[in-house]
Formats: sequence, C-alpha cells, structure tokens
Amino acid sequence: MSKVDLKVKVWRGAQEGEFIEYLVPRNPHQTVLDVVTYIQRKLDPTLSYRFACRVGMCGSCAMTVNGVARWTCRTHVSKIVKGDSLEIAPLNNLPVIKDLATDMREFFNKWKGAVGFFKGSQTRHEDFAKIEPSSKERQLANAGIECIGCGVCYASCEVVESRPNYLGPAALNRAWTLSNDVRDIQQLERQRAIAGDAGCHACHTQGSCTERCPKGIEPTASIAGLKKLVARSAVRGAKWGKL
Amino acid sequence: MRPKPKLDCRAKSHLSYFAYVCHRFSGLLLACFLPLHFLMLSQSLRGASGFERSLQLTDFWVFKFGEWALVILLAIHLSGGVRILIIEFGAWRGLRKGWIEISILFSIVCGLLFLYLAN
Amino acid sequence: MSKEMCFEGVLQAKLWYAQRISAMILGICVSIHLAIIFYAIRGGLTAQEILGRTQGNLLFALFYEIFVLACFVHAPIGMANILQETFPKLSFAKPISWVLALLILLLGSSAVIGIYSGGIL
Repeated sequence: MSKVDLKVKVWRGAQEGEFIEYLVPRNPHQTVLDVVTYIQRKLDPTLSYRFACRVGMCGSCAMTVNGVARWTCRTHVSKIVKGDSLEIAPLNNLPVIKDLATDMREFFNKWKGAVGFFKGSQTRHEDFAKIEPSSKERQLANAGIECIGCGVCYASCEVVESRPNYLGPAALNRAWTLSNDVRDIQQLERQRAIAGDAGCHACHTQGSCTERCPKGIEPTASIAGLKKLVARSAVRGAKWGKL
Repeated sequence: MRPKPKLDCRAKSHLSYFAYVCHRFSGLLLACFLPLHFLMLSQSLRGASGFERSLQLTDFWVFKFGEWALVILLAIHLSGGVRILIIEFGAWRGLRKGWIEISILFSIVCGLLFLYLAN
Repeated sequence: MSKEMCFEGVLQAKLWYAQRISAMILGICVSIHLAIIFYAIRGGLTAQEILGRTQGNLLFALFYEIFVLACFVHAPIGMANILQETFPKLSFAKPISWVLALLILLLGSSAVIGIYSGGIL
C-alpha cells in the first residue's frame, strides 16, 4: 500500500466555486467518507457535507467521486483511487447548497409528482388486506421497494440533466411499485402523472440508474413496466377509467 | 470560480450508455439516408436503362464507402433495437450486456461480409 | 392532473407503442433485407440484375411495401424525439418529422412501384 498522501480535490462553493486540493494520509480500509471526515476535522472545519449512519443504510453520504455518484461510506479509496488522486464533488443534477451538500427538495417533490405515495380504501376497522407474496404483482413490487431515496440514480441520469421536469428514475421506480400494489386506489391519477415527456416516455434506457444503484434496484425495469402499462391503458382503456 | 461540475464521460463510461449512443447515432444517420435511398430506387420507374444510368453514379468510391458504412449502421441499429425490444417486452434479465457484445460482433461481421462479397 | 397533460401523456404512450410495433416489423424486414443485400452484391450489382429479381414479383413488392410503411411510422417518431430533445426551445421537430414521413411514404412507394413494374415513365 502506498505511503504517499492522497491528493484529494474537493468542491468548495455552491453553484459556482472551485476544487481545492487537500493532502490526506492513507490508511488501510479507508473509505471516501473517512477522507471527507478527516478533511473537515483536521484540515478545514468550514467544509460542509452530509452523513448519518456511515454503514451503508441511510444513503445520506451520496456524493460524486471521480465523476461517478456513490455512497462515500461504502466506497473504499483503494478501489477507486486514480494513482494518488481523488476528486469529490456534490451529487449532480441537484442545486448545491454548500460544498458537498445538495438541495434534495426537487428530488422528493418529484416523488410526490409521480404520485409515489400510497392511498388505500380500508380503515382500521376492516380486516387485513390479504396479498399473496408469490403473486406476480407483489413480486414486481418487491423488486423495487428497497429504495431509500439516496439520489444516486437521479444524479447519474443524463435525461434528468437535459430535461429539468423529468421525474427521474427513483420517482418512477416508486410509481411502478405502487402500480403493482393492488390495495392502492390512485392508479388512474398515477398513470396520468407518469405518462408523457416528464414521465416514463423520456427514458431512453441508457441504464445509468441501474448501473449505479447501491441497492441493486433496477429502475430501467420499472420504467419499462410503466411504459407497457400506460400504453395498454392508452390503447385499450384503463380499468379505472379513461386515461 | 467556475460553474459546478456536470455529468462527464466518467459517469457515462458503461456499456449500456455506449449502446444507447450507437443506437441513437445510427438511427439518425439511417433516417437521413432513407429518402435518398428511395429516390435512387425510384429511378427504376424509368426502366432498366434509366435505372442503370443512376446506378452508375454510385460507382464513385465515396458512394461505395457510404454503402459499406450504411450496412454497418443498419446492423448496429437492428441489433441495438432488438435489445431494447427484449428489455421492454421480454422477461427482465438486466441490461442485457451479453446482447451488446453480440451486437458489436454482429456489426463487425456484417461490415466484413460486405467487403468480402462486394467487388 | 390537467387535461392537457393527460392528452400529452396519451399521445406519447400511443407514439411509443406505434414505434415499438413498427420496430418489431422492421426487425424481421431488416434481417431479410440484409440477407438479400449480401446475396445480391456478389459479383457486382446492375439494374438488370435487380429488376430481373423484382419485376413482376408480387411477393417482393408486398414485402417492400410493408417495409416502407413500417419505416414511415418508425423513423419520423425517432427523428421527432431526437430533435425535440436536442433543440427544446425551437419548434421544428414536428414539421421536420412530417416532411420525413411524407418523403419516406411517397419516395418509398414509388420505388416499390418502380422495381415491381420495371419502368413506367
């Protein structure tokens, strides 16, 4: 293992700024989050960044490392270092508040925009809904429900970059899981929300979202499912009314 | 001071994105070429001799190169398109990277076959 | 959801569907066409050879007319998408795609008539 210090370029500023280089001592099993933490504690206390669990469960520490969106707590420096250099920037496609912290409001607002929330018709007085775990819809839903809203897919998508109103892979993935939830009563509104240029039809199957998702979720599959669903409703009519 | 960084080639350096670029680029060029191709073939309305005269225009090497390039573009767009159809309509089995590799091979084979068979 | 967004969504869904169905037809047509190309270019290509195969051949005519119609649906939708994304502020995506569609339909069909008839002008 190299004894030379890491040369770490870190984005300082907001929408405008510059990369400042810091020298960080190498340690075995060092993660990129360890590097950022070292810089903030020992070299420059004015550095702003987000983290919480530091064990790969919460998704708060997502940043752009050497051009690729990753969870910094789960990225070993040894795996991605280029010679002795690292480049750390905030997540792409989101406004930067300061340094490595982005404003994630548009990301979460798009979840709402895609009707990415559940609404049922039962109350506490009815019996439990009985959903067969092996049913086709449940299997499809289960493939996508582990999303924790870290924003890596959103930050990796070129369509998000070029179309400001595109809902994005996370929101559409959530819409797909709910489309497969037989208890949900907003299916028609959801289909209307995710069809069109701001929705699933803007996706070009570039696959960056699926490639980068740290939880192995495949938004490309979910969006393909949505395309088929909406096409069926548009051509044959949806079972809950006219699209 | 400079504006914040944007997605660059490091973010897009993966096979599925490369397949997207090839598919889009080949589709665009083919769409532009298609009317010319039909115009050429519609000269057959002038009968065999009229048709032959227009075909002789294509004897220039630039046309021959263009024909070879178009066969390759067609092969790329066909195999890339079939991959999209499988992803969208077939059983989900990931981004079909094996298919991308076969597509590249298929396009190379078509290019070579054209060179071998054309005189 | 507003009525305009609904309509746009329905239109996009139908265009997507039409493009994929025409893509399936083209998948078959292009594969056959590539095979024909490789067969035909051996030893050079002359008008006599081409017309010798296609003149009076109803099967060829039908095959290629289906091919033209599939292109007529598939190519303009793809072109419109690319233009709209590359030039979002300008509005020439629709007119250019319609021009392309017309060119493909008219020139393509006249080409099919040409190779079937062997010359009527």
